Amino acid sequence: MKDMLFSKTHEWIQFLDETTVRLGLTDFAQSELGDLVFINLPEEGDEILISESFADVESVKAVSNVYSPVTGTVSRINEELLDHPELVNESPYEAWFVEIENVREQHELLSEEEYQQFIHEEE
Amino acid sequence: MGTYVPNTREEQQEMLNSIGYSSMEELFTLPKEVLLNRKFHIPEGVSEYEVRNKMTKISEKNQVFKSIFRGCGAYNHYIPSIVKQVTSKEEFVTAYTPYQAEISQGVLQSIFEYQTMICELTGMDVSNASVYDGATAAAEAVLMCAEKKRKKIIISETMNPEIIETIKTYCSGLDIQIVIAPSKDGKTDSEVLTTLVDQETGGVFLQQPNYFGQIEDAEEVGRIAKAKDAKYVISCNPISLGILKTPAEYGADVSVGEGQPLGLPLSFGGPYLGFMAATEKMMRKLPGRIAGETKDKEGRRAYVLTLQAREQHIRREKASSNICSNQALCAMTAAVYLSTMGKKGIEKAALLSMSKAHYLANRLCELDGFQLVYSGEYFNEFVTTCKGNPEHLMKRLEEHGILGGYPLQGKHAGNLLWCATEINTKEEIDQLIHIIKEGV
Amino acid sequence: MKLIFEKSKAGRGCDILPSCDVPVVELDDNLKRQKELRLPEMSETDISRHYTELMKRTFGVNDGFYPLGSCTMKYNPKINDEIAKLPGFSNIHPLQSISTVQGCLEVMKKAEEYLCEITGMDGISFQPAAGAHGEFTGLLLIRAYHQARKDEKRNKIIVPDSAHGTNPASAAMAGFTVINIASTKDGYVDLEELKKVVGEDTAGFMLTNPNTMGLFDKNILEITEIIHKAGGLNYYDGANLNAIMGIARPGDMGFDVVHLNLHKTFSTPHGGGGPGSGPVGCKENLIKFLPLPRVEEEDGVYKLILEKEESIGRVKGFYGNFLIVVRALTYILTLGGNGLKYASENAVLNANYMMHKLKDIYKMSFPGPCMHEFVMTIEDLKKEKGVTALDIAKALLDYGIHPPTMYFPLNVHEALMLEPTETESKETLDEVVEIFKKVYEEAMSNPQSLHQSPKKTPIGRPDEVTAARNPVLRYHF
Repeated sequence: MKDMLFSKTHEWIQFLDETTVRLGLTDFAQSELGDLVFINLPEEGDEILISESFADVESVKAVSNVYSPVTGTVSRINEELLDHPELVNESPYEAWFVEIENVREQHELLSEEEYQQFIHEEE
Repeated sequence: MGTYVPNTREEQQEMLNSIGYSSMEELFTLPKEVLLNRKFHIPEGVSEYEVRNKMTKISEKNQVFKSIFRGCGAYNHYIPSIVKQVTSKEEFVTAYTPYQAEISQGVLQSIFEYQTMICELTGMDVSNASVYDGATAAAEAVLMCAEKKRKKIIISETMNPEIIETIKTYCSGLDIQIVIAPSKDGKTDSEVLTTLVDQETGGVFLQQPNYFGQIEDAEEVGRIAKAKDAKYVISCNPISLGILKTPAEYGADVSVGEGQPLGLPLSFGGPYLGFMAATEKMMRKLPGRIAGETKDKEGRRAYVLTLQAREQHIRREKASSNICSNQALCAMTAAVYLSTMGKKGIEKAALLSMSKAHYLANRLCELDGFQLVYSGEYFNEFVTTCKGNPEHLMKRLEEHGILGGYPLQGKHAGNLLWCATEINTKEEIDQLIHIIKEGV
Repeated sequence: MKLIFEKSKAGRGCDILPSCDVPVVELDDNLKRQKELRLPEMSETDISRHYTELMKRTFGVNDGFYPLGSCTMKYNPKINDEIAKLPGFSNIHPLQSISTVQGCLEVMKKAEEYLCEITGMDGISFQPAAGAHGEFTGLLLIRAYHQARKDEKRNKIIVPDSAHGTNPASAAMAGFTVINIASTKDGYVDLEELKKVVGEDTAGFMLTNPNTMGLFDKNILEITEIIHKAGGLNYYDGANLNAIMGIARPGDMGFDVVHLNLHKTFSTPHGGGGPGSGPVGCKENLIKFLPLPRVEEEDGVYKLILEKEESIGRVKGFYGNFLIVVRALTYILTLGGNGLKYASENAVLNANYMMHKLKDIYKMSFPGPCMHEFVMTIEDLKKEKGVTALDIAKALLDYGIHPPTMYFPLNVHEALMLEPTETESKETLDEVVEIFKKVYEEAMSNPQSLHQSPKKTPIGRPDEVTAARNPVLRYHF
């Protein structure tokens, strides 16, 4: 969880350099969603807009959007998730979804402490 | 008045009173302005006996033919007795979609077995639990193939025109471009097709055997599609797969078709059965229900509806298809039919159909004014010319209880599309020839 | 239980077809299938027993109470099935000449006439094969209507959050953008919300009325007028028509397009998921857009209209699920105009009776009276005892009744939605009410036991997560 920041829509974000990030789902999000059975990821090269859904996650009886806290271009996707969606449940902070480069815009992000505070207030 | 309400008027009144109402009217708190306040202009209800007579009389206004030489998407194959018996079992007939797996293992397992049989027939990896019919199966396959950067779908002109029309309607509100590839000598013109397929092509659609009965060079069409990474979709006649090369062997990504020949009666066009099968890669794009195997908590084998997050009841406006009800009982019919026929039976049905069609064609071509219009190999349908007005000839055959070839429309007008199946005997065919020849 | 493939024995089979009485065609090797076709090799006895075994693991309407909300699991009269099997209906080729199918065309024309009377519409097409297919067709009519008026900016369909999933999915398939609006806390269309979202881009509005909470929207005339004033059309999802036959008609409430589910309201069987029939009806001004072919009558002679320039085209092969229409017509003739109303009255009575008997124990989402169905919420039970709607549903299985619809409508938490239908007797309802009470008591006293249910069914709760994560969709030889 080192160097991770968090969004209010329950994504974590990790800066690999100044304009490149990794995105994933927080532990809180995965536990709310329950056992995930499939992850729909974007394609490499797709443009991603801030606040818009760039992926979705399926449980047995539900599907939920994953929103992007940044604007940028998908440079890599974590193909392992396509075959092993359970990784998101097992180790959410290692199971990254995408890497985004040319990050041009970003939401105000929360620190770990602020995020914990936020979900505490939500509950 | 016939009714299926068990409670007597007295019991109804008793129920009303027990929950604090004095009359039925009080239960209905609809705004006054929308009340009908008059009787329906529909005849008063009658007894079962009277309804039976009335409906039977209506059915007798239709002509049931003793000999049928017409196909065009609806085929008169023999239906084994057990198929009709099994699929009339009340539990199968009246059950709902198997959402409650614990009490629906029968339906779920039958779907799983059906899916396996469709995979075996087509050679594909995965099958869904059915869609409405062959035409809508092809239309759903278009939705599977169209992608963000590949919105052009190429359909061979030799597909059944009803399928092409259905596809066009399905795409009318969507950003998908339908291009019709022309034909030459009754088959897809692969030279022209090559020029049509490009980097924006999502899919190439072929019917095998095609609408005119011709066996297409499906390998070549597949090569043309693959050269540009377009998906390849083959619509096929399931009986023909008893002997003909499978869609998988032609390299298809998706295989669809009309399952009616698998034990379903002609029924004036429905209910029929749309089957859809695909490569494993395309699995999650399949529309509709899919049954899968799993275990219950005690480790017993169990079947469930699976991959449901693709579907409308979960994905709503983001679902790739809106299908909910399908043709489950028709799929079970196909499964019972395929189990009864077995591998040998399907092979035999295919070979007999093809052989009878060839005998019929040879005999027809002995007649003055009748010749094959196309030169290629055919399965159980073929097109001939006709001496004189085809409609007049058909009228004459009708009087003998024979449904002859289908008078083609449009640019093929004047020609007849014939069909034979294992049901047509040599005697029947000889009699048909005799009637045409003698002009009786 | 074994799969049919596991019962197969090499060399066995049934002798169904005759030998060939004409020269056998030799097929070119390059046209022949290469891969062996592995179908079951079985004697007829074994096939028959296999399917009887499957039958015993299937729950039909004949097996017991089936209160699936919004699915209208009423009794399926046997006469309907027998009529559909008459050779004069089942052995008719769809491309026979018109003079030889006058009976089939009469069925479609009569059914059209009666269903128009029931719904207040002016024309009906039977081509759609199911409810969702009907929705899609109806939405294409709406699209065609706006296009014909050159009003092409209308690309939005408004759908309340209580709608069936097929509504938004069908709208998207027809090329519309979906606008979801929340219902009021009483379960009705929120007029203020509706007024906010309507405008020049409104193509139409889709509504089930009575809605999926079993409530008839009192503001219906105002709702349909808001849409009409904005230039849109109103679409009626007929899933719940069983509540109002002979009492009120969608055509008199301001609806322009309707789809019906013959496999719900008109007693045709569900077949374990289909085939159904989803005819689409519309007002006079939209008839020209209906799918082709259409049946027309002139001096007692029926004909098929194959071409009409403004038609949206064909949505399926041939004319739809014809034998389902035969069944529905048989039903309508049996009940007659008076009997249809009697059916609806009793559907509503049965629902209110059950609701009344259960309301002291189960929390109702909306106070009565209801129409033909009602919704209960287990939210409190979940908070208190950790028992969910799913647990209640599974516990009911052990009592031999089919559970209600669960987790729908989406705007009610832990929902159980009950639709008893008119074909259940008072004794059945009384018995079932007792069972529901018993299950509730069990939930309070021994919640753990409910998590373990069902216990008497052929299998326990299946592992759906594994089924979806590692799909096994066919038997591997």
